[in-house]
Amino acid sequence: MRLEVRETYSPALSIIAPFGAIIFSLLCAFVLLFIAGAPPIESFFYLIKGAFGSPNALAETGARATPLILTGLAAGIAFRAKFWNIGAEGQLYAGALAATFFGTGLIHLPQFLMIPFLFLVGGLAGALVILPLVILRQLYKVDEVVTTLLMNFVILLFVSYLLEGPMKDPMSLGWPQGSPVIDNGVLPQILERTRLHLGFLIAIVVAICLWVLLSRTAFGFRIKSVGHNPSATYHAGIPLFKTVLVVACLSGALAGFAGITETTGLKGYLTLDLSPGFGYTGIAVAMLAALNPIGIIFSALFLAMIYVGADSMSRAVNVPTYLADVVVAITVLSVLVSLILINYKIQIGKLKF
Amino acid sequence: MIIEFLELFVNAGFWAATVRIACPLLLATLGELICERAGVLNLGIEGIMTAGAMVGWTAVYLGADLSLGIIFAALIGAIFGLIHAGFTVHLGASQHVTGIGITLLAASISYFAFRLILPTSTTPPKIKAFEPIEILYLSDIPFLGPIFFQQTFFTYLAFLAVPIVIWFLNRSPFGLAVKMAGENPMALEAQGINVLRIRTIAVMIGSALMAVGGAYLTMSAFNAFYFGMINGRGWIAVALVIFAAWKPERAILGALLFAGLDAYQVRAQQLAGAVIPYQFFLMLPYVLSIAAMVFAAKSTRYPKALLIPFRRGERH
Repeated sequence: MRLEVRETYSPALSIIAPFGAIIFSLLCAFVLLFIAGAPPIESFFYLIKGAFGSPNALAETGARATPLILTGLAAGIAFRAKFWNIGAEGQLYAGALAATFFGTGLIHLPQFLMIPFLFLVGGLAGALVILPLVILRQLYKVDEVVTTLLMNFVILLFVSYLLEGPMKDPMSLGWPQGSPVIDNGVLPQILERTRLHLGFLIAIVVAICLWVLLSRTAFGFRIKSVGHNPSATYHAGIPLFKTVLVVACLSGALAGFAGITETTGLKGYLTLDLSPGFGYTGIAVAMLAALNPIGIIFSALFLAMIYVGADSMSRAVNVPTYLADVVVAITVLSVLVSLILINYKIQIGKLKF
Repeated sequence: MIIEFLELFVNAGFWAATVRIACPLLLATLGELICERAGVLNLGIEGIMTAGAMVGWTAVYLGADLSLGIIFAALIGAIFGLIHAGFTVHLGASQHVTGIGITLLAASISYFAFRLILPTSTTPPKIKAFEPIEILYLSDIPFLGPIFFQQTFFTYLAFLAVPIVIWFLNRSPFGLAVKMAGENPMALEAQGINVLRIRTIAVMIGSALMAVGGAYLTMSAFNAFYFGMINGRGWIAVALVIFAAWKPERAILGALLFAGLDAYQVRAQQLAGAVIPYQFFLMLPYVLSIAAMVFAAKSTRYPKALLIPFRRGERH
């Protein structure tokens, strides 16, 4: 097998490649359904129906996409600067903790102030847990992948302690959960009697703002150059330390936002199963969109469709729900191949791609 | 009160538990170490351990012999290692993203397959796992006997892996080529040795060891498969490799240290449970891993070609 650099950049290929990756992962799902003894075509029908078949299903897909857009943006901006933040899961819970601490009665503000305030403290909490790790990386070269990953476990245990101890809702009948967020802090529903809430629109606005930041400002250019060539960036006079620090904190804050939308929009209170791995799925969301903030909106919607659809599909044809996680994992890997295909020709024996 | 905490250390049960708990960490650390010595960071470790735990357990559950279970676990590890190497070594994809992708894939496929085999089980069934073997005469030594000579076959195997890996990396021609691939791949290529092949095989061997480490949990410790049972052990192993300065003889020290802490925290919890919430004890291994990385990061020297893909005819 050989790799050859492509001399000409092909815009068509860079659009086709990610779709090829999606088709490949759906084909893999097909095979797995077959192995599981379910009728693949019928199952796919249930998947589509479960994700789009009714207004309620559509709302559910949007609700599921909300935290994924935010954790996807968290991974996307960090990966652009080659800062490997795999700790979005923990940062999400940090944001949720902030919502529970400030939003359950400690502070009372009118709604139009309370919601921005909760996002502010949630973002700060997410940034705060990543701050020591980015400093350790920049000063002592401590690998951030492992530290951010380990931090997820520390934060989750801390949340578990708080929910069983000081932050436990006294009205929860023994369940380890936080007190409900006060009415002024709850994100209103967009569609009546569904779970789709204002957080969805906020996530889209955040994605657009981030797109402007990354593609239309000098700071966005700095982030890109830090990722591509840190030493050249340094010699060009761009402050390396400061740029990475800001990117990491921004990434942590975005993941913290996801914690806010889930506590104040979806559930109304903090539980230990608030996130079924949104932080990790965010990596897949970002990769599928080639780290582009606008693309992240669509890739989050796509993966949300897979999750919501797979839920109802697995009920209908009796297949383990973990199928959705398999599809997401295969998407990450096949997108990696497609990104290489955009830049390199791959030759295996006589075959050329 | 302090006396009670110190008394835990003179308890043979504590030390025997330390030896047991060290095994999966030790195997995983050795596996990661081999990959990284070849120049490939393998973050698939957490998922590969899950796959090993699942496959080893399932093989035995479906009637295979215990030793065959270990072999199946090693095989599934090697397969995921091959996928990882295909991406990172041959295609030159990001080792970070590939590793996370492999972890997601290996873990989710394992859970999917486990649910297919056992669709509705609330309490996971147990298998007849490895049982302690008392080594003649030696097991009768007071204090040391129960610690070192009344363990299971799998435990002896895990500790036997250390001298084997040391010999492999320092004495065998292939092991030397592996180290060279991680330090100076150009020089290796100049000798007419295929760097990509060496790296691929090293990642496969390392991944097989990780999977066997996962299998230890289901075949010699808990005897059942639970969701999320690896619980960050893989990430701790990645930190332990740094702590061990990429030397297998130091990996055993790190694994025992962490296992000792784990065994101690379970016992200390029972003494201090009322005063300190149990979650803080459970946090210790993760916090200490971060501390170990900070401690080691200043002084150690990484394999020079770690994270750098090698492409024939391209200069770096």
